[in-house]
Amino acid sequence: MKKLLTIASAIGTAALLAGAATGEARAADKQITLCWAAWDPANALVELSKDFTKETGIGMKFEFVPWTSYADRFLNELNSHGKLCDLIIGDSQWVGGSAENGHYVKLNDFFDKEKISMDDFVKATVVGYSEWPKNTPNYWALPAMADAVGWTYRKDWFARPELQKEFKEKYGRDLAPPKTYDELKQIAEFFQGRDIDGKKVYGAYIFTERGSEGITMGVTNVLYDYGFQYDDPAKPYHMEGFVNSPEAVKGLEFYKELYTCCTAPGMTNAYMSEGLDAFKSGQVAMQMNWFAFFPGLYKDPNVGGDKIGFFPNPAGPDGHFTQLGGQGISVVAYSDNQPEALEYIKWFAQPAVQQKWWELGGYSAMKSVVEAPGFAASAPFAPDFLASMNMVKDFWAEPSYAQLMQAMQKRVSDYVVADQGTAKEALDGLVKDWTTVFEDEGKM
Amino acid sequence: MTETTTSSALPEKLAGATPEVIARPIRGLSDKAIAWFFIGPTILLLLAINIFPLIWTIWLSFTNYRANRPNAEVKMVGLDWYHRILGDGDVWLAMQTTAHFVVWTIIIETVLGFGLAWLIDKKFRGHGLWTTVILIPMMLSPAVVGNFWTFLYQPQSGLFNYVVGFLTGIDPSSFQMLGSVRLSPWAIVIVDAWMWTPYVMLICLAGLRSIPDYIYEAAEVDRASPWRQFWSITLPMALPFIMLAVLFRGIENFKMFDMVNLLTGGGPGSTTEVVSITLKRQAFESWRTGYSSALAIILFVTVFGLANIYVKALNRVKQR
Repeated sequence: MKKLLTIASAIGTAALLAGAATGEARAADKQITLCWAAWDPANALVELSKDFTKETGIGMKFEFVPWTSYADRFLNELNSHGKLCDLIIGDSQWVGGSAENGHYVKLNDFFDKEKISMDDFVKATVVGYSEWPKNTPNYWALPAMADAVGWTYRKDWFARPELQKEFKEKYGRDLAPPKTYDELKQIAEFFQGRDIDGKKVYGAYIFTERGSEGITMGVTNVLYDYGFQYDDPAKPYHMEGFVNSPEAVKGLEFYKELYTCCTAPGMTNAYMSEGLDAFKSGQVAMQMNWFAFFPGLYKDPNVGGDKIGFFPNPAGPDGHFTQLGGQGISVVAYSDNQPEALEYIKWFAQPAVQQKWWELGGYSAMKSVVEAPGFAASAPFAPDFLASMNMVKDFWAEPSYAQLMQAMQKRVSDYVVADQGTAKEALDGLVKDWTTVFEDEGKM
Repeated sequence: MTETTTSSALPEKLAGATPEVIARPIRGLSDKAIAWFFIGPTILLLLAINIFPLIWTIWLSFTNYRANRPNAEVKMVGLDWYHRILGDGDVWLAMQTTAHFVVWTIIIETVLGFGLAWLIDKKFRGHGLWTTVILIPMMLSPAVVGNFWTFLYQPQSGLFNYVVGFLTGIDPSSFQMLGSVRLSPWAIVIVDAWMWTPYVMLICLAGLRSIPDYIYEAAEVDRASPWRQFWSITLPMALPFIMLAVLFRGIENFKMFDMVNLLTGGGPGSTTEVVSITLKRQAFESWRTGYSSALAIILFVTVFGLANIYVKALNRVKQR
């Protein structure tokens, strides 16, 4: 009997221990998935998120998709109410559709409860990444990755005395980072086809990609500076004379001239990665690209360090703006792990975490980070990034943004790359396309 | 007699071996019912994966449904999308691009495919090895073909430009096959012809091998020249096979997507935007599900109609 009792108590103890161990394992097994694009900042986020797991015990899984299929993949996921992503760092233009279609969890109550204030973040990023409708206090995301279009240039080439001399003789000014688009074009023409260290180089790299958003994200930098506006500020969605104003037409013509005169051959469908390749291989003197890539470029052993310089988007005759990039982080409404996803957002919104985010290569949108006294000196591109974030404009963030984007991609690409029609015809066509979209939406 | 006994005993043996669970419900069923019992699952599968989506697409084409707004109210729009598509200049441009691609690939593949089949049919030494070598391109995945031809067409480092430069003396980096408005449609035609000419060759070879030798022997007795034999025997007798190859390639190329998407993505601009790319953009980039369903139906009816007319012509040729 005694033996029987011993065996029974041993089994009972073992069962209890096993049960406790399983419970612990379950707690440690809690895992959330974060979806984003596959690029340099995503690697920094993986590194940063290790601290979150350490602090909370919640595991992090990442689903990163290349930019070219990022929108397709994740919009499909959201539209099909998929549960793959608990958290998503979605593009700024998705916020309207995702809010109206119920893909994102509204974060106002959560922000109030956790004392997360949108006043702590750069205004442009709050409007761009979090708010829908725009300029109303309805928040669907926490600004996660501030970004804008900027430029890199070959500082070492610009510094060469013989090139400095030749440029000054030709244009009557120093060979220096351009302040205006006219200056940029002159510099691009100066370098186009030039032989540098036995290699033929080209003037500028600009976005021309047709499939997703590339050429639109490139051409808008020039269009904004030439006076292009999305609609009549006094009469929303009325675009005649704003999208296709004579100034906007000139801006589009300028982008085509820049494409024709000063880009490398074969750049007919090029976006971020092609630009990075062109710059890293020493093919171009100046490169248009997102600030997000600049930390990586600065570290590049061949073209980084002293060889690379940065400047913000140049001004045009009618203004000085740049295209907003970047994304906010949202909780997916279909996630089964919303409490853990919200826990991540709460953790991510801490100033110390945001500071580390910047140090690892991400771009924080928190004022305490970007307005800190040492920020401008913390990286060579930091001052230009700050300047750029103060002059950003964004594409439509309407629920029908995809259709609006595709229309612009087609019209602009057909004119700039395929040399079809005139700039006026392209922008007139765009007004027609966008009007149809807004009429179908019942907004006009 | 023994044979008859054996064959009649087999079904009985099989019936005896059928487990009672299955045998009981089947017993007493008519032959027709048993036939339905066996083909039923296949028909259900076909209905589920072919017929239902088709009917669903037809219904969607009359609505304003958008796949990215599943909760929005679905309204009937009648024939609006059909009306818009047929009056949309961009769709017609994509149709023209598709027609250019289909016509030129068919011409090139048919001429080269038949020529190769005719040569292979001569059964020269090593013809088996050559047949295998020629068939390699069509065994590759279009994704692989699209990717490596993208490299071959690189203006500065691609082999294609280098070979053209070597043969003609033109600077290899002075032209771009995929980036040029003028050359990119031909770049795609070249890749498709490279990949699918072997397929046409295979069908034509089957046609040539089906011609009985005695017809040629009779022609030679009648002192018909090789040219005469070709025009009066080879070509007419292989024609149904050639037409079949044209039909297959025509249908395939009308809905060509993967290779064009990989090589040019429809660019530069919209120069190589075939109608399947337009359809994909409308359906999965602009999320105009109703509109794209209507476009899909128009394409289906076009291909189906043209294929039917063609099949009738093919039957007429076969009956000659």
